[in-house]
Amino acid sequence: MTTATKFKTMKDLPRVDYLSPGNPLCAGCGGVLAVRLFHKVLGPHAIWVNAAGCMTVITTYPLSPLKSNWFYTAFASAPAGAQGVRDALDVLIAKGKVKPSEDMKVVVVTGDGAAYDIGLQSTSGAIQRNLDFYYLVYDNESYGNTGFQMSASTPFGSSTKTTPPTSRFPIGNESPKKDLFEIWRAHKPPYVATLSSAHVVDFLRKVEAGTTMKGPKLYLAMAGCPTGWGFGAEETIRVERLAVETGVWPLKEAVDGITKHTYVPRALKPVSEYLKTQERFAHLFELEQRNAPVAAIQESVNSYWRAVSAAEGVQVRLVE
Amino acid sequence: MKNDRLITGNFAAAWAARLARVDYIPAYPITPQTEIIETLAKWVREGLMDARLVQVESEHSMLTAAGAASLTGARVFSATSSQGLLYGLEMLYNMSGWRAPMVLVNVSRALAAPITLAPDHNDVLAARDSGSVQLHAENAQEVVDLGLLAYRIAEDRRVRLPAIVNLDGFFLSFTREKVDIPEQAKVDEFLPEYKVADPFSATRPVSKGSSVMEGFAYSYFHYHIHEAAQRAREVLREASQDYESLFGRRYGPVEAFMLDDAEYVLVISNSFATLGKQAVVSLRKDGVPAGLLKLRMLRPFPVQEVASTLRGRKVVAVFDQNLSPGSGGILYPEVTSALYHLRDRPKSVLPVVGGLGGKDITKHEMMAVFERMRALGRNGETAPAPMYLMRDDEMARVNRMLSVARGVQPKK
Repeated sequence: MTTATKFKTMKDLPRVDYLSPGNPLCAGCGGVLAVRLFHKVLGPHAIWVNAAGCMTVITTYPLSPLKSNWFYTAFASAPAGAQGVRDALDVLIAKGKVKPSEDMKVVVVTGDGAAYDIGLQSTSGAIQRNLDFYYLVYDNESYGNTGFQMSASTPFGSSTKTTPPTSRFPIGNESPKKDLFEIWRAHKPPYVATLSSAHVVDFLRKVEAGTTMKGPKLYLAMAGCPTGWGFGAEETIRVERLAVETGVWPLKEAVDGITKHTYVPRALKPVSEYLKTQERFAHLFELEQRNAPVAAIQESVNSYWRAVSAAEGVQVRLVE
Repeated sequence: MKNDRLITGNFAAAWAARLARVDYIPAYPITPQTEIIETLAKWVREGLMDARLVQVESEHSMLTAAGAASLTGARVFSATSSQGLLYGLEMLYNMSGWRAPMVLVNVSRALAAPITLAPDHNDVLAARDSGSVQLHAENAQEVVDLGLLAYRIAEDRRVRLPAIVNLDGFFLSFTREKVDIPEQAKVDEFLPEYKVADPFSATRPVSKGSSVMEGFAYSYFHYHIHEAAQRAREVLREASQDYESLFGRRYGPVEAFMLDDAEYVLVISNSFATLGKQAVVSLRKDGVPAGLLKLRMLRPFPVQEVASTLRGRKVVAVFDQNLSPGSGGILYPEVTSALYHLRDRPKSVLPVVGGLGGKDITKHEMMAVFERMRALGRNGETAPAPMYLMRDDEMARVNRMLSVARGVQPKK
């Protein structure tokens, strides 16, 4: 992370908001909070290019809570929409048809269904072409807007509407969460980072870091989902904080492909503390062999942080 | 002054984009269209065009980028074929909803499965209901001319919709013909600079593609698209007059060929129209009152022109180079519904399906269609059975293939 930063403490959080209060999304939506924080750093001269998902209803005709441009494209191709806008601005500014003062930051905003599944091809293309854009994923680990079905981002052990735990499939979702951070990083973009609204200074600094770079700047923001995950709307920050403290949601960045964790918990909390906050994992604690899946989740978290310790020379006390 | 060159249909399409001074070309290769984007890529890299060509990862992304750039204020061109058009089809619907004009050249190629390369019109007609204007070219001259007319129509404030210019793969895309390439200065006179309504802007932000949750609002916007598409007729008429005064060529939504006293009229589009005209000329020599109506504009559908040119004829045949399984040719019901209200409508309208997957149409087959029309004229049959063209020699070859595929030694 760049050392020169405007954001040192919570007091540095910009007061100005470009996302006005009042929108049709759920109370306590972690995605909206991520968009709001992100926008504070980007400033008003921006265009949000969206794919189908929860955020799509944020501008429902004839209203928009945004003080910037909004463009809904399609489920699979928001990064290509960003390509068209960015290219057109470049070409028209060069030809003198558009004033340089009309230039904008082009930001793709999608959920994880678009980012991990149906839009991954389009994202890969945009990164490979070194498109100068931001990509903010609000990761609620499911197809949230359609009512909480499994996506490639859904973690092992989560119940969803398409992976309901039954006596024959007691674990719920049996697939691991796809590692989109590493898929993005393999394309060697200038900047990749994870975000959590529970760590605001870390969040703001990472967006700020992106503004100093040209090319693809990609962000995975945890988006605690009260309605899907099953917790109270006032609990979003607490749940997201626990995700970080248990090591489930690592805060990290990769500058030119070199990964560094920006927040390393000195001692991980047990994953069960995080899992127990949410209905989607409740079945794991009702199983006869309930220790098995929870232990498997704990072990995957431990093995992740063992690797981090080795690679970055940091000390993390694991939950053994 | 004429500037005649011997060029392919694809090359003519590239010339249309160049003369229109497009700003942006998102591209993705597919046979038989690829020569168009190759040509444009070369011209852009040689500095002959002041445009950006970006090769993206799919037609879906290509058309997304095209629409996005159009809404930002760029004049956009692209080209595709076949499954490429269908892969990107979702975005054509979006573009008409966004009211984002562009010109997309489709080089027709039949759809898989089975996968093949040669043309029919199931690809472009799949985009029939997408809110795009559709112009269909018979020859390379029409490709460049309709390409320029398409920009005038698509970008007109009364329309603001994407426009597709269709040309047939192989028969036209790879055939060299004499083309008069319009003079750039005159094209600049014909085609004003593209001005987008309410572009994305840092200082005057806008929302585009907003969700609409009420059926009545959705209906309103779609009726609006429909009205805009309808207005493309009058814009073509105006633009065509300007085009004629500058270049001496005029293009209506249909072309009447030897229709004056024709009793037997073949309705057809695209490159096979040339074969139809050949048959008409030869029948006329024998004293048969044959004629041909070429459909050039398929969206909006030229209802009035079809009705006024076909009323009072004895028999009409609609040649569909496409097939909607379970229904038949796609244009047949469109033509017949344009005639239904006429008191003097033709007694018989013969459905003909032919040329699927690039199946060659011989003069003999064209003559057989007219032969059948004349028989209908004689016996007065009003609901003729459709003709699905396939020759005996072709069927024999199919049978040999079937034998080989079954592992049976074909009979000598």
